[in-house]
Parts: sequence; C-alpha cells; structure tokens
Amino acid sequence: MHPKRKRNLAATVALLPTWFAAIVVYIGTMVWSIRLSFTDSTLFPSSNYVGFAQYAKLFSSSKWIASLQNVLVFGVLYVAGCLALGFLLAAALDRKVRFESAFRTIFLYPYAMSFVVTGLIWQWMLNPTFGIQASIRSLGWESFVFDWVVNRDMAIYALVLAGVWQGAGLVMVIALAGMRGIEGEQWKAAQIDGIPVWRIYVSIILPQLGPALAAAGMLLAMGVIKTYDIVVAMTNGGPGSSTEVPAKFIMDNLFGRQNLGLATAGATVLVLGVIAAVAPFRYAMHMRNRPRGAA
Amino acid sequence: MKTMMKLFLAGVALVAVLGPARAEDKPTIEIMSSWTSGGEAAALNVIRTEFEKRGGVWKDSSIAGFGAADAAFQNRIVAGDAPGAKQGVIGLAAADFVNQGLMNPIDDVATAGKWADTLPKSIHALISYNGQVYLSPTGAHGESWVFYSKEAFAKVGITEEPKSWDAFFSALDKLKAAGIVPVAWGGQAWQQTKVFNMVLLSQVGIDGFLKIYVDKDKSEASVEGVKKTLDILGKLRAYVDEGSPGRNWNDATAMVITGKAGVQFMGDWAKGEFTVAGKQPGKDYGCMIAPESEGMVYVADALWFPKTGNAETDKAQKLLAEVVMDPAVQVEFSLKKGSIPMRGDVDKSRLDACAQKGLELMSAGKIVPDQAIVLTPQQVGALDDFVDEFWSDASADAATSAKAFFEIFE
Repeated sequence: MHPKRKRNLAATVALLPTWFAAIVVYIGTMVWSIRLSFTDSTLFPSSNYVGFAQYAKLFSSSKWIASLQNVLVFGVLYVAGCLALGFLLAAALDRKVRFESAFRTIFLYPYAMSFVVTGLIWQWMLNPTFGIQASIRSLGWESFVFDWVVNRDMAIYALVLAGVWQGAGLVMVIALAGMRGIEGEQWKAAQIDGIPVWRIYVSIILPQLGPALAAAGMLLAMGVIKTYDIVVAMTNGGPGSSTEVPAKFIMDNLFGRQNLGLATAGATVLVLGVIAAVAPFRYAMHMRNRPRGAA
Repeated sequence: MKTMMKLFLAGVALVAVLGPARAEDKPTIEIMSSWTSGGEAAALNVIRTEFEKRGGVWKDSSIAGFGAADAAFQNRIVAGDAPGAKQGVIGLAAADFVNQGLMNPIDDVATAGKWADTLPKSIHALISYNGQVYLSPTGAHGESWVFYSKEAFAKVGITEEPKSWDAFFSALDKLKAAGIVPVAWGGQAWQQTKVFNMVLLSQVGIDGFLKIYVDKDKSEASVEGVKKTLDILGKLRAYVDEGSPGRNWNDATAMVITGKAGVQFMGDWAKGEFTVAGKQPGKDYGCMIAPESEGMVYVADALWFPKTGNAETDKAQKLLAEVVMDPAVQVEFSLKKGSIPMRGDVDKSRLDACAQKGLELMSAGKIVPDQAIVLTPQQVGALDDFVDEFWSDASADAATSAKAFFEIFE
C-alpha cells in the first residue's frame, strides 16, 4: 500500500470514534428530536405522524409566544448590559488603580457562580417582604419600592439585573486583556494632542477591542438561548408568564406535561432560530476572509 | 509468586461473586419520592420502619419537588434503570406507564389483603388498570381546606368560622384592618389551581364539578359557574401580600403558624407543618372546608411499582405494597403526613379533628377528584396556565376568561 494512503487510513481509524460521537450523539439526537416533533408523542415516543400539527399548536400557544418575546428582551439587554458594564469596569481598572487585582477578583467572582445560585441570591434580595425593599423601609424610608421580581411588568428586568451582575465580570477580564495589549505609544500620542481620556477610550481603545468584545458577546449570546436555571431559581417563569423562556417551556412539556411532540417542536424552532441568527454572521465572516485566499 | 497471585485473583473473584448475592438475600428496594418536607419525610419514615422490620432493605432516592422527581423518574425509566418504587398520584397520571407495560401489577397482594372490601370503590377503581391492581395507596388528601390562625382570628374578634363567601371576605377585611396579612398566598401555579378548584366546587357543587372535569361539559351553567369562581378568585387578589409570587406552600403555612397571616387555602398536608411546629389542631389553628362547599376536593397518593426485571426487587415490591396498606401503618402515616387513611376499617380515634371531618366527607361520598386524577398531564398544565394567567393579570375579565377556560380540554 502507498505509504501516504496508509497514513491516511491510520488517521481515519483514529478519528472514527470522534466521527461516531459527532454523528450519533449530536446529529443523530437532533434528527431524532426533529422527527419526534412531527409525531403525536406524549410521554413516550410514538411514530404516528401528524405533520405540522405540533407546530401549529406551538404558535397558537400564548405562553410560547410570550417566551420568545421574553428571551429576546432578556437577550438583548443582558448582552448589551454585560458588554457596557464590563467595558466600563475594565476601563476603570485600566486607570492603574490601587488594589487592581483585588477588584478584578471581586468583579470576576460572580461569574464563578452557577446561575442557580445567582438566581436564588437575587430572588432573596429582590423579594419585597424580606429583601432590599424591606431593609430600606425598616431604615425609615417607608415609601421605598423595589419589587421587580414580583411585578409582572418588571420581572424580566430583574432577570437582566441578576444576569448582568453575573456576566459583566467575564467581559471585564476579556476587555482588560485587550486594553493591556494596546501600545502605550498611542496613549502618549493622544495625550500630546490633548484628547480627553473618555474620548480616547471611545474613539481609540474601543474600536481596537472590537474582536475581543465580539468574542465576549458571542459567549454571552450562546448562554441566552440556554437560559433556564436563572429563571427557575428566580421567578419560575412568573408572575403569570412574564418571565417564561423557551428552554423552560420545552423542559416543562418534556417532563411535567408529558408532551414530547410539542417540546421537540419547540426545540426545533429554537435550533432553526439559532441557525437563522448565526448563518448570516458566519457567511459574512466567510466572505470577508475569502478575497485574501482567492485573490 | 505466580500461584499466590492466582490464589489472590481467585479469592477476589469469589468475593465478587458472593458479595452481591449476600446483599440480595434481603428484598431491597429503591424508592423515589418527592416527600422531603418535615411532615412528609416523617410519614415516609413510618413506611420505611415497618418495611425494614419485616426484613426489607430501603434505599431512599427522594428528590424535592414533584416536577423534579417526575422528570428524574421518566429519565430513569427511559434509560431502562427504573427505581423499585415511585410515589405518585392515583388515576390518569400512571395510565401511560401501565399501558406501555412498564409497571408491575400487585394484584395478588391486593386479593390476599382483600383491598376491594377495605377501600372505597372509587379509589379501588383508580388504582386498577385493565382489571388489575397496580398501585398501593398511601393516603388521601383533602384539598378544600382553609387553615386559620386562632390567635389572629381572636385578635380581630372573629368568633366563628365564616360560612359564606360574604362572611369570609368581611373576616378578611377585619384581618387586613388589623395589619395582619389576610391570606397567606403561595403564588405558584399548582397552588393557585387548588384554590381555583375548591372555590369552583363551592360554586357548582359536586355534580357540576364532575360535569366540568369529567364530562368536559361546556353548557351555560358550567360557564356561569367558572365565571362566579373567577369573580371570587379575583376578589382575593386584594388580600395577599406582595411577597406572594413564587412562594412555597410551606413558607405560606409558616406565616399562619407564626400568626403573621390569617388564613391559608391548602391541602391537609399543611397540617404536617403545623404538627412539626408543635401546634395543635382545634387549639392553635383551625381547619374549615371552603365556605359554601358541600364537599371536598381530594387527591390520593400511592406507590407505583415499575418493572425492573430483577426478581428480588419484585419480591420487595410485593412486601412494600403490603406494608403500605397495613392498617397500623395507614393510621401512623396519616398522622404524620396530615392525610386521611385509605382503608375504611382503621382506628379512627387517633385521628385529629380535621382528619375526622375529612374522613366523614369521604365516607359519605361527598368528594370530587383533583385534576391530576381525571385530567391528562397536558390538560393539568393548561389548567395551571389558565389560573396563573388570570390570577397574575389584575385586569383580566372574569366573563371572557370563563369562556376561555374550556380550551384547556383541547
């Protein structure tokens, strides 16, 4: 046998388990789920196909529609909030403050916590009967109101608050690393020109951090789709369906409500949504990289 | 050296073979339940103690939260690693599992113990599927209860239990004026649905209730009954505190125990919490059936016995089924959990005042089943959504919502 082909064979054999895992575990289960979404499966998988009936049911469910709206509001505010706060924290630490490493640790600490813990802490703090509201009222400010977590219109923002508290530290670390990579010469040049510090950050530093912040934003956005634990810990989707999210809708139907068909239809919609959001982005990246190689 | 090694390996192999065999001498069962709160755990322990006394080995896999335990159970079933026993509700909830052939019947135990004679007919029907008994019932819970703090009632001068909703609301007004939280509300979907049901029963009566939930009747009378129920539910919104959304039932019970709140609508398992806190029924707290209600909503728990393919476990399941239905165990369990014994032939004298009231209604047949018994899990979920949505939206119109109610059966 040709030595090159032999080497290829060895490599192929070595890769087989990985291929097997990728095809069976990832693609296989995905195809299986999509197949189930076209059946009338309840507690157990059935092979009685019902076409798009589950999807029709899904989109006529006000709870599912509410969950999509909620995850959109939460996602945009959470990612934007983390990026903004993380950048500000990084900029503040970048000013060569004293005890920088101590602050860095403190700000990054929440990220080391699970969403469940974060959710529970904030649920307690925001609970009007024994949290921040009750404490401030006991200090004498009787009319103080901070009841986001039990308020139908504000509960989703309570989730954002907790999420940003947790995620901003990650952005801070990435942004700070980016800032430290920027040459000191640029600072000197800008200062000679008499540009104010805030302007340097906005017009000179921020554009150079683009890739770093995009990576951080991508990491956070992936978390948004999976949002489940923080909701369960903080509000359990309530009051009403004001903080219901798709992942929770799917889990509820998968188990408690024994509605496999509807749950897998929801999961399929979610996957298609992610693909629809990511595909244009990937395509743009691909197009931007191609001219260098092709031309 | 080599022989030493061989001997050693042979010894290890021998121990490995004998070890598990010795453990299997005793019927071993792994039981999965969601009974983790104080009173619930104590009740489960009653079964455990008797089971162990009769030579069984007990492995507890309890998971807090009914939904979480259910999800874990389904995962184990699908993975082919079913636990030996699972605590669940009687009726439709178990039907899918039985019809898929995943459960072991315990018909011989039931026949030997003459369950058909000692259990109420309706209960016996709900633990049998296709003519065979599959579930071993632990106890029934009344769900039409209003628990109230005697201390709070005395403080504001309420001397007798309100018999009508009008009287009830004026009592709540008095509590509110005195700065006491009138209703300790657990703002979770399932708890709210229980309140909806007990109010519904008070408005449409036993026949009307069964018509709606069992026959799915959408007639004028049914719609009107739901509307009147929603009116009362809507009025209650003004009597709960702002910390209520998402509150656990036992936290709400604690508010009544400490006298911070006046009343709580809850199933009689709340008594377990009172008992753990050292409170006496009739002395420290009172229990009344919801105003204007001619009967009581009930739910009944049982142990389910999944097929494990292990003969030892099968034996343990039969033993456990027997233990659960033992008359002494039934009473002791009920005392701890706050439930009503399933058997009609037990020693009633040890039951407290509330349980005796419940047992009276039960033996008079003045009971209607909880939604978990007569509706599929999907419909139960839709009902939870419906009540939750109405409750949390103060601007919801009762008449419009009442018509939408019947969509939960689709």
